Amino acid sequence: MAAMLSFFQQIGSKAFLSLARLGRAHIFLLRTFGALPSLWGEFRLVIAQLFSVGVATVQIIAISGLTVGMVLGLQGYTTLVDFGAEDSLGQMVALSLLRELGPVLTAILFAGRAGSALTAEIGLMKVTEQLPAMEIMAVDPFKRVIAPRFIAGFISMPLLAAMFSALGIIGGYIVGVGLVGVDDGAFWSQMQAKVDFYDDIMNGVIKSVVFGVVATWIAVYEGYEATPTTEGVAKATTRTVVHTAFAVLGLDFILTALMFGGL
Amino acid sequence: MNQKAKMEIAVGAFIVFGILALLMLALKVSNLTILSGDDGYELKAGFDNIGGLKARSPVMMAGVRVGQVSNVVLDLESFEAVVTLRIFSKYNNLPKDTSASIFTSGLLGEQYIGLEAGGEEQVLADGDVLAMTQSAVVLEQIIGQFLFSKAAGDD
Repeated sequence: MAAMLSFFQQIGSKAFLSLARLGRAHIFLLRTFGALPSLWGEFRLVIAQLFSVGVATVQIIAISGLTVGMVLGLQGYTTLVDFGAEDSLGQMVALSLLRELGPVLTAILFAGRAGSALTAEIGLMKVTEQLPAMEIMAVDPFKRVIAPRFIAGFISMPLLAAMFSALGIIGGYIVGVGLVGVDDGAFWSQMQAKVDFYDDIMNGVIKSVVFGVVATWIAVYEGYEATPTTEGVAKATTRTVVHTAFAVLGLDFILTALMFGGL
Repeated sequence: MNQKAKMEIAVGAFIVFGILALLMLALKVSNLTILSGDDGYELKAGFDNIGGLKARSPVMMAGVRVGQVSNVVLDLESFEAVVTLRIFSKYNNLPKDTSASIFTSGLLGEQYIGLEAGGEEQVLADGDVLAMTQSAVVLEQIIGQFLFSKAAGDD
């Protein structure tokens, strides 16, 4: 009886802790939104963050996008050629990249490259007591530290996802047309006939905007909430990557069902 | 060049390349170029059976894409499928007695509407209805008919 009660107590306390955490995360997000208007006129802060969040991620996005597109081209061709449908390769590569792989992989790579760095940076600011020091000097850390990073992630993600998809399609073109011999004209015309600007490209952009908000939110929140010790920052950085991956994959399913599933 | 200028250049290049990637997707990859700036005109055609025809299926004439299907509805009086075709405005001299058929590209390919020009002097205008149509070939029906005639022939 006592064992059973303690079992329920454990579940209850876990649930309570997660709910409290979720609540704090939302209060944090609202405070971030509240700090956004103060960025008007403080563009230097945002540009500095765009550099460390966006520009630094371009390299990994470019290489991944190109290779993912090349693999899609090769694998798609192997399957499609059995049905004599290799002309549809362009359509297959473009749709998989624009609808799913571009936004999702960009968000996960973003979490690994930029999100973890954001968490570690803010967490270390906490360890070295820079955040309390700011508050003592009547500088709001939300306006100075959190909001510029948040908006930089929000701007970067759709641009990075677009680069990923564009380079992926070029990668698919290099392999499909250059290597295995799909017809050049058929590759592009099949793609243009089947890819809709609003249904496919704009929905992909909406996805990457949502993922941008979520990934940056998790990254800055984990940093802000990190236990101010060396170990605490390490754990928070790991949590950023893992939670972002879960959140992005889960949200992607919901968004796909809403956009393309006919729900 | 100082550190600050370098950073600003990198950020500027990042934003420009991101937007260029979006533009490439919009112009080179999607159907925006096929549709943009060309509202064309609409024709209607009724079919007994449209098979797998959907909105955005191509409309072809002599193998050239001249428009696309913009809408498919069922007419509740005649129980025909009424298909709205949006024809690009540069193809504005199709004869009045043009006929429409539903074809399949390849054995398993998608279905499209093929137009065949007639011989009349008058041309089709916005909102006109194509009088002569031929329904989609439904494979199951053909197989059914074949088996039926085979069975009848064996007696």
